[in-house]
Amino acid sequence: MTEDPHTAVDSEAIRLRLGDTHGATMWRSLDEIGETSAFGDYLTQQFPRFANQFQVDRREFLKLMSASLALAGLGACTREPQEKILPYVKAPQGAVAGEPRFFATATTLGGFAMGVLVESNMGRPTKVEGNPMHPASLGSTDTLTQASVLGLWDPDRSQVVTRKGQISTWENFSSALGRQLIGLARKQGEGLRILTETVTSPTLAAQLQALLARYPKAQWHQYDPINRDNVYDGTRMAFGEALDVRYRLDKARTILSLDADFLGAGNARVRAARDFAQGRGAGGRAAMPNRLYAVASSPSLTSAFADHCVALRAGDVENAALRIAKLLDLPVVAPDAVVGVAEDWLAACVRDLQASRGASLVVAGEAQPPFVHALAHRINHALGNVGVTVTYSEPVVADPANQGESLRALVRDIAAHAVDTLIVIGGNPVYCAPADVRFGDGLLGVPLTVRLGLYEDETSARCQWHLPATHALEAWSDARAYDGTVTLMQPLIAPLYAGRSAHELLAMLGGGTLRSGYDIMRDYWQEKLGADFERGWSTALREGVVTGTALPEKTVTTRGDLPAHGPAGPAGADDSSLELIFTPDPSVWDGSFANNAWLQELPRPLTKLTWDNAALVAPALAKRLSLQNEDVVELTCRGRTLAAPVWIVPGQADGVVSVSLGYGRTRAGRVGNGHGFDAYALRPSDAPWFSRGLQIRKTGKKYPLATTQHHHAMDGRDLVRVATVAEFDQNPQAASGPRHATIPIGTLYSPFKYDGYAWGMAINLGACIGCNACTIACQAENNIPVVGKAEVARGREMHWIRVDRYYEGSAHAPRTHFQPVPCMQCERAPCEVVCPTEASVHDSEGLNVQVYNRCVGTRFCSNNCPYKVRRFNFFQYADENTESLKAQRNPEVTVRMRGVMEKCSYCIQRIANGRIEADKAGRRIRDGEVVTACQAVCPTQAISFGDLNDPASRVKALKASPLDYALLGELNTRPRTTYLAKLTNPNPDLKES
Amino acid sequence: MNPQPILPAYGLIAEFADDRALVDAAKRAHAEGYRNIDAYAPFSVEGLSEALGFRKDRVALIALLGGVLGGASVYFLQWYTAVIDYPINSGGRPLHSWPAFIPATFEMTVLGAALAAFFGMLILNGLPKLYHPIFNAPGFDLASRDRFFLCIESRDPRFEMQETRQFLERLAPLKVAEISN
Amino acid sequence: MSPAISTPANDINESRLQVLKGAYSYASISDKISDIVLTRPTHWGWVAAFSLCTALTLLFVVAMAYLFYKGVGIWGIDIPVAWAFAITNFVWWVGIGHAGTFISAFLLLLRQKWRTSINRFAEAMTIFAVAMAGIMPILHLGRPWFFYWLAPYPNIMNLWPQWRSPLVWDIFAIGTYIIVSILFWYMGLIPDLATLRDRAESRVKQIVYGLGALGWRGEARQWRRFDTAYLLLAGLATPLVISVHSVVSFDFSIGNTPGWHSTIFPPYFVAGALFSGFAMALTISIPLRAIFGLKDFITERHLDNIAKIMLVCGLIVAYSYVVEIFMAFYSGDEFEKYMVLNRMRGPYAPIYWVVVLFNVVIPQSLWFKRVRLSVMTLFVLSIVVNIGMWLERFMIIVTSLHRDFLPSSWGMFYPTFWDWAILVGSLGAFGWLFLMFVRFLPAISISEMRKLVREKKEGEL
Repeated sequence: MTEDPHTAVDSEAIRLRLGDTHGATMWRSLDEIGETSAFGDYLTQQFPRFANQFQVDRREFLKLMSASLALAGLGACTREPQEKILPYVKAPQGAVAGEPRFFATATTLGGFAMGVLVESNMGRPTKVEGNPMHPASLGSTDTLTQASVLGLWDPDRSQVVTRKGQISTWENFSSALGRQLIGLARKQGEGLRILTETVTSPTLAAQLQALLARYPKAQWHQYDPINRDNVYDGTRMAFGEALDVRYRLDKARTILSLDADFLGAGNARVRAARDFAQGRGAGGRAAMPNRLYAVASSPSLTSAFADHCVALRAGDVENAALRIAKLLDLPVVAPDAVVGVAEDWLAACVRDLQASRGASLVVAGEAQPPFVHALAHRINHALGNVGVTVTYSEPVVADPANQGESLRALVRDIAAHAVDTLIVIGGNPVYCAPADVRFGDGLLGVPLTVRLGLYEDETSARCQWHLPATHALEAWSDARAYDGTVTLMQPLIAPLYAGRSAHELLAMLGGGTLRSGYDIMRDYWQEKLGADFERGWSTALREGVVTGTALPEKTVTTRGDLPAHGPAGPAGADDSSLELIFTPDPSVWDGSFANNAWLQELPRPLTKLTWDNAALVAPALAKRLSLQNEDVVELTCRGRTLAAPVWIVPGQADGVVSVSLGYGRTRAGRVGNGHGFDAYALRPSDAPWFSRGLQIRKTGKKYPLATTQHHHAMDGRDLVRVATVAEFDQNPQAASGPRHATIPIGTLYSPFKYDGYAWGMAINLGACIGCNACTIACQAENNIPVVGKAEVARGREMHWIRVDRYYEGSAHAPRTHFQPVPCMQCERAPCEVVCPTEASVHDSEGLNVQVYNRCVGTRFCSNNCPYKVRRFNFFQYADENTESLKAQRNPEVTVRMRGVMEKCSYCIQRIANGRIEADKAGRRIRDGEVVTACQAVCPTQAISFGDLNDPASRVKALKASPLDYALLGELNTRPRTTYLAKLTNPNPDLKES
Repeated sequence: MNPQPILPAYGLIAEFADDRALVDAAKRAHAEGYRNIDAYAPFSVEGLSEALGFRKDRVALIALLGGVLGGASVYFLQWYTAVIDYPINSGGRPLHSWPAFIPATFEMTVLGAALAAFFGMLILNGLPKLYHPIFNAPGFDLASRDRFFLCIESRDPRFEMQETRQFLERLAPLKVAEISN
Repeated sequence: MSPAISTPANDINESRLQVLKGAYSYASISDKISDIVLTRPTHWGWVAAFSLCTALTLLFVVAMAYLFYKGVGIWGIDIPVAWAFAITNFVWWVGIGHAGTFISAFLLLLRQKWRTSINRFAEAMTIFAVAMAGIMPILHLGRPWFFYWLAPYPNIMNLWPQWRSPLVWDIFAIGTYIIVSILFWYMGLIPDLATLRDRAESRVKQIVYGLGALGWRGEARQWRRFDTAYLLLAGLATPLVISVHSVVSFDFSIGNTPGWHSTIFPPYFVAGALFSGFAMALTISIPLRAIFGLKDFITERHLDNIAKIMLVCGLIVAYSYVVEIFMAFYSGDEFEKYMVLNRMRGPYAPIYWVVVLFNVVIPQSLWFKRVRLSVMTLFVLSIVVNIGMWLERFMIIVTSLHRDFLPSSWGMFYPTFWDWAILVGSLGAFGWLFLMFVRFLPAISISEMRKLVREKKEGEL
């Protein structure tokens, strides 16, 4: 290819790509690429059909140029970084050995680490699994962690340094910063402020301390919109110092949740779910199954699973706690009765708590005020649970200061012009600061504002400098888990774009010298690991944990001067006004995942809504205000007003409207913009979680919401089968046996033989908490496309495994059941018989396989599938154009085209890998060697998979359980996937309300 | 009009006004010993072909063969492809699911028979045959409207121009004409 | 239902003249019919109808083009309702075809004289309807360009169709049906094409019709073999009337969906097919006889008989509705029970009740001779039944699918513009083909009418 087209169009290309009139700085980099003939060859490789068009069609060339530059970037970057990163050696549970390699690292949420093993295909991170050696994971993960890999490849990530919205470079920034630092040094850093999210990273903490030592007058602020202020303030109130609280749910036999969602949120949710399921006796009848009482303002995974749940306004939980304390003869001033909770309920709960002294547990929700936390600590203390089911340690976070206060202080100083250099590392305070704090307003007045972030978002827009940050999978760092255990985070891939990590930025601040995150980390750990550093370092990298870094238990003494009642006195009870509560969004959390399409399309566990948040109201309230789903209402609370669509949620406390944070983004990216409404606009800084005095006004408008489930009752069909432990003890068939008379199902056909392997799955409904992790893990593993809100609304979502949610009982206190439904892999598959082209056929191991390239799309199979687990590509859903998304895909799974049917394949690619390994070793596949994506991710290990021909296999044992039953078995489909009926453990003294 | 002895005529043709006359004429001609006789009518006249001594057409037999062939072959195809050539476990059903093979077999039986009947008829009738000397007969275009014709071909051993013409005259036709070849 | 079956036979003696009115000779009747295509100037009604149908046909083409470009997602279908308009249209069109075959084949075997003057256009109706039907399943495929994978042919993939799938049976049933229908129709045309050949003035027409006539001479032996073959084809087409729609019904009854999985489906569908088919025969013949002055040939007698057959079929359909409900409750199957109640009370209940009104209640008026002999009423009624039967198929398909076994997966179907475009477009294309047919081919069998004249002369009628 000749040179002239390059030189001819370079300037064009720059304008096109950068929308930049004086992109002088970019010239250099462009020329570097443009003038090498290698680049020309590269183009022709990438786009052979354009090879001869370069001279002729300028427009075509520009398109090509921009596309290819992105591609060139990626092509160059899809390799492992130069530094020595070390693969995970032990064949991890949840990961089959084979082509791809696994690296142990961690992702963080609210600063707390989740240990993961990341699958890397030819240097491309494609899938996240849990790290069995990591205390917060034990091999499982959750939805947000699963989706993090998509965040890495998000094409909307910020790719270049910008100054006042125009392309700049790191060099320009460092010189600008250098100038500023001279001034700062002179006045000991006065006016220098650093705003970070919650920091648990020892290295980062050390860097910050060093920086503050260097600039004594500088200040470090922390703010996370979803933080643990109440937890730390609670321990301060109870013990006089900020402590971290750890629960041992596996040891607890009676658990009371005071509006706490330890299964769905919280800094140890995955571990908590695992422990809780163990205490429940997952997979059968435990000797002493635990019992869960829950008081909940808005339904959560925890309250949905509870054996006894009462819906109570968040503000009234305090009274309930006081009442319980009173019943335990603690010196408190408690109301005689709690509106909304029957006294005998509380009494029964207390009796249970006492009965299991030392093995009971009271957990206060992170949204509850410090007093309730203090009360919970007290009750646990009184019940002798401290040291058994609840333990304390020094705070895991680097600085447990009250973050709300920290942010307010910063804003005050900005307003007072006491800040001349503001460095915002991560977060998105302009968007997610409380409404009354008005963080964004003062920013423009600050002489130098710098923002390091993954996206050029709302905050970047108000800062002078935006610096692209590296993704967690791109950079060296470290982070602590809920128990303090440190994980060294190693990059899976060199930065895709011009990103740098917080460590590197801080290094620039202190001394302005440019140092790599790798060196910074090694320097820090050099002294920590001390002698034999190299071995310690490599072991830590391999295993994903630095041994012995878990914080030791701390014995605590309760302060004597605990208030007998909350600050407001026995409050709330009389106040009958509506209550507005704020919750983390299960998908976008605080908004930082807003541009993640997998999460946006993932049905929320209880509402089954996608792509939007909504104002959740109780059926009773909806009835009173004659509200229906999708009605737009005006929420007015403390002078601030917001319009939001209504969604009616059974089990919601009457008089409570809950809104989830993180929506209504304006600069999230192509995926996240313009979905839902921004609850931060209502959020007051002094009452960040709930406040009274809410007014609702019906606007008469409608806002369409896309849900994946329209019907919530089982209509008397025995789909989810449930029995109490007591019933089970009387008759083990109580749950699993069909309600209607059993008809012995015979068959005219001689059954097919499965001599080799016979794959089967057992799903334990008694353990499923409905978290949806399986759905998104499957999506990541099997390249399942995202279809968008409009298509979901038309019932065209593509998830291969969905979690059905049914309600039983009354609308205000329903019993909630979850049922994950993948393809049942029927031996008498109705879908196969009607397929005219043999696209849906059975293989020799009993899998019901879908041959995509043979499918013509009659959709007869879907009609004939009683489980409706088949998904159809009504359009070309799979994105065939975005390069970075191509790089994310699992190379072992076909990307489906328009017009073909697809469905769960039992992760056949993993089975194949397992078989290859076994064949190489000349043996059969071992039990537990092949693990499906949904099974691997499941926090409660509700899903088991294996070979039914292997008498020793776990799945075989589970299917032998009296709880085992086939969904719609009367259709004689002979499903390979069967369910274990759900065992609940209600208190016999308490009748269902 | 006197015949040209140089090129022999195709035959003599007599025109009648209705089908009865034609049937009688045909009978008489056949009784007279003529064998190469053709009778033309605008619609199918009962008893006419018999009158010409034409007893049985073999269309039905051909159709039967066609039907059997069609049905048998498609059943064989189903059995061979599903059991021998590419056996596939489909919904746990037996490879040789004969009840499921019936519909196609039945349909192809019908199709085979229909095709055989149609093309058998055409072939036996020597169709398509766009040119035929009979079309030279004066006023023969009415044979597809309202006229009935009886033709004695010159290749008939008993054909003798004068004699045959007189014989035809005796049948009281509307007119008798000679068909050039 | 026996009275209705036997009535046509009895009435023939009672009102013989009505099968063929007026005093026609072989010549006059040949001329009258052949002139329609040879000399008679185009009627304004034909032109109007033709332009409308052309427009709709273009819409059809556009809708198909967009469909192939974008994918079936442009329709309202989803999971669970993966089938809707396309399959509804398919079943409806096939059904319409059946009346034609029934008239031309079945009534021939029964020696029903009155079939003579209507069988030709009834067969044409069959062919065009089945053609429309044949398009639908291809349009509804996710990857229509691979439709031929449903047919058995040696291929490099070494794969064959999955013979247990009713969709494969469809290929054979519909394929056979359309081929046999065309043979039957064309064979009947041969002598008439000969007539047109001999009567055409312009050379072009002589050649065209001449080629079509294959050199037919009307020789006695030819007629003899012709008659046998024609009778055989009739005998072969008759079972098709039963089998084809039975196979179509298997597309549903083989499935396990509540509302589909039922043994009554084959007779139920066949009756429904004839019901709508004869309705369409009325919808077509009534304007036809008016526009082309064929009232002497297509008389009230014919309309009356068609109406009677409609009545019978309508009663069978009504019976099927009742049995479905009865079986649902008699079987005690909770899913079947729910399905029936959902049809009556669920979101699609209005459609169910319209179906009952149009297919069961209104047709009862056919018990009255006054209704059967009032042409206008019959015309309206025929359209009512056509709509009713389309809705019935829609009801069977959509209301069964949208709420089957797992409440979690229940959904709804809402048609889009493109759903309607395909339906209306296919109606247009059907009309277009039919109008071309009546303009260029004899809409009534001339040779058979001559025979009718003769029989009338001989007093055999």
